Amino acid sequence: MASSKTIDRRSFIKLSSLTGGGILIGFNLFTACKSDAKPPEDLANLNFKDFNAFIKIAENGKVTIISPNPEIGQGVKTSMPMIIAEELDVAWDDVFVEQGPLDTENFTRQVAGGSQSIRFGWDSLRETGATARQMLVNAAAAKWGVDPSECSVSEGVVINAAGDQLGYGELVTDAAQLEVPEGVTLKDPDDYKIIGTSRVNVDIDEIITGKPLFGLDYKADGMVYACAVRPPAFGQTLESYDDTEARKVNGVIDVVAYGEGNKVAVIAENTWAAIKGKKALKTTWSDDSELESSELHDQELGKILEGDDFEVRREDGDVEKAFKEADQVVERVYSSPFLPHNCMEPMNFFGHVTDEKVTLVGPIQTPAGTQAGVAELLGRPKEEITIDMTRMGGGFGRRLYGDFALEVAEIADKIRKPVKLVYTREDDMTAGIYRMAIKYKIAAAIKDGKITGYHLKEAAVNSNMYGLIPHFFPAGAIDNYKVETANYKSKITTGAWRAPYTNFLAFAEQSFFDELFEIMGVDPIQTRLDLLEKVKGTTDENIEYSPERLQGVIKLAVEKSGWGKQPEGVYQGFVAYYCHNTHVAEVADVVMENGNPVVKKVTCAVDCGIVINPTGAENQIVGGVIDGIGHAMYGDFSFDKGKPRDSNYATYRLIRMQETPKVEAHFVQNKLSPTGLGEPGLPPAGGAIANAIKKATGMRLTKQPFILQLAERENKVIG
Amino acid sequence: MPTYTLNVNGNALSVEADSDTPVLWVLRDHANLVGTKFGCGIGQCGACTIHLDGAATRSCLLTVDQVKDARITTIEGLSEHGDHPVQQAWKEVDVPQCGYCQAGQIMTASAFLSENPNPSEEEIRSAMHGNICRCAAYNRIEKAVKLAAGKSK
Ligand code: FES
Ligand code: FES
Repeated sequence: MASSKTIDRRSFIKLSSLTGGGILIGFNLFTACKSDAKPPEDLANLNFKDFNAFIKIAENGKVTIISPNPEIGQGVKTSMPMIIAEELDVAWDDVFVEQGPLDTENFTRQVAGGSQSIRFGWDSLRETGATARQMLVNAAAAKWGVDPSECSVSEGVVINAAGDQLGYGELVTDAAQLEVPEGVTLKDPDDYKIIGTSRVNVDIDEIITGKPLFGLDYKADGMVYACAVRPPAFGQTLESYDDTEARKVNGVIDVVAYGEGNKVAVIAENTWAAIKGKKALKTTWSDDSELESSELHDQELGKILEGDDFEVRREDGDVEKAFKEADQVVERVYSSPFLPHNCMEPMNFFGHVTDEKVTLVGPIQTPAGTQAGVAELLGRPKEEITIDMTRMGGGFGRRLYGDFALEVAEIADKIRKPVKLVYTREDDMTAGIYRMAIKYKIAAAIKDGKITGYHLKEAAVNSNMYGLIPHFFPAGAIDNYKVETANYKSKITTGAWRAPYTNFLAFAEQSFFDELFEIMGVDPIQTRLDLLEKVKGTTDENIEYSPERLQGVIKLAVEKSGWGKQPEGVYQGFVAYYCHNTHVAEVADVVMENGNPVVKKVTCAVDCGIVINPTGAENQIVGGVIDGIGHAMYGDFSFDKGKPRDSNYATYRLIRMQETPKVEAHFVQNKLSPTGLGEPGLPPAGGAIANAIKKATGMRLTKQPFILQLAERENKVIG
Repeated sequence: MPTYTLNVNGNALSVEADSDTPVLWVLRDHANLVGTKFGCGIGQCGACTIHLDGAATRSCLLTVDQVKDARITTIEGLSEHGDHPVQQAWKEVDVPQCGYCQAGQIMTASAFLSENPNPSEEEIRSAMHGNICRCAAYNRIEKAVKLAAGKSK
């Protein structure tokens, strides 16, 4: 290769004229959304296949933003085009957002990253819109014979100093002939007309009229349905099966074993026949090793906390000395169970395998990784495998894993028919990749009325906290500080669950502080502000939370919740937390009704930088808070001899309307780059209600789900 | 397999299905009306809610042979142009997150409001209690039902 100089990001925008009139601007959203993505080395390799998102400007001035981005309910299908439309400077009413068409070679697929899409896409999306705008301005300036700097733009119309006007639609043909400009100017946030204004979900009409949008709605000609039997307990293998009765079920076409002979799929003409066939299947399972129960996990995690086999994840000062010299030591243990994701749309995927190609369609957050997995599983080159994404009925981390897509690929390879693999709710809940059970032991050393030491130990099933979590608050605020982790290896599959680790860690840490401040007899708000004061000006690169911004949300939450001014009978709990690059403080209001604590209201203060779409932002925070309360309060998932005790909503409890408090979200107004909102509202919620429940009942909650611990109250009133 | 003629959204729909087939699957697989969603299959989540002679009914527990000549209304047939007051309210409030549960929520809310056009907050919360929203858009669902009640007057 002659030269391989790294090309400028500008080259990631490409323009071409459309045969039907108008222009098409291609750019790579994948690059836009990944901080570490590198441009291809060679310019010659750049063609339209390198783009996965497009802006189409028609001769009538209408703008279509085509995005291949999947939507899991986090709102990016609305908010990301809003950023482009802002810089392009068009009226939002003239913008149409289209999901990238399925089955086209022009789209390279991408990951729907947790709470990171907006943060990483911010610069590139703005640059893309601004570049397109500049090209249209340049085209207008050339027509008028004036300098582009003499032109301005408003809502899709270019205006020159003399007051002449040209609409984008009139300029697209000329613009398509021009060079892509470099170094375009971005708007000042004060001039935003779309960003910061509420825009309704772009799929709203399809959702409220029941149009096919989701994976489970996808159909193909000649498609059959599959339901599978998987090992009922983690650690079991299939010894034998008898499909005589299953094959007698009306509509059942075939029965095939797969998954290294451990799973059996019933193939049928419709879903109901597949479900019935599955029930009629007789299977014998063997246990090749000890089957784990939750009681065992509890013991093992407890043993880990008592031992000293830990990996140090952060250490400041001399923790041992601080504890030895302390006037008082406070130590508490917090426990959480496993949790299933329970996406409202159960796992499902479509597959069709022929000699020529492998076609997979469905709700998945990680198509690239899944493609690689399918290539390996079927021994087929990646080029033969297409994976297309549908809208997803929830993700919460579960759809980061491609296990169900691999399953359908294998089944489709065996039967060579287009097939949809459907999980029943029971399959979905029992063949999960769960939030792992975790225990934390937190200890603080107090000397002369000050916190001189902080020591946190994490004992988790399978894996431990990752990334910068060990460096979150109170790292930097306490001189002698240590975080250590260890894990117990289990056969139960575990993985990411909305706000991994922090979804429980925030509760443990913030309940601990609440109790610690109470024991010390200090004000919980002022003490937090003081601790943060110490972090200001830190040069520690690992500390990414901002003490100023955390103080900011604390003050805003105090103000908006009427902290300390609540009427008699209302008990408030406070939490301030940073995760997923967003700072959040929450105040929960609890009252006693019939002798039981009831959460009435939660007030949130959020600093996520610039808010792109206020209605979407509020939806994410409010939903995250209620989700956090629901799982902290009721989420109880356990195993008996390797088998989940619950498999459907008759016994497994999710939060419902009547248990739901009113949630208010207040956003800090600033001009800082936006950060994500899909996760950060959730972690603080459990601690906020636990701290309020303590005031209301006198009981310190240390175990999730709270309802089990609350049931132990001596003078509890059953109501 | 027996043949059934169902009255779905005002049309006669002829399907061949086993008598124990839940209406949910008849709608989705046989009639290609996929707006009615599968969530739990045991009557606990409300995602599959339809109207049976105007009453909110869980279609996962209703078998095809129980329907007889009762009128079935699905989300696709709730209004001709997606402009039922409940649908309008859902749009105005921008209720959905992932959107999967929303057809069921809308069907429950619309049947409830036709029975009780002027509900109290407590009545709304109790009427909607059977419909799970895993994304927890409950505050907005509540708000939209209230708004729809106002609109239907
Ligand atoms: S699918 Fe019918 S109630 Fe859940
Ligand atoms: S909007 Fe996702 S389940 Fe309700």
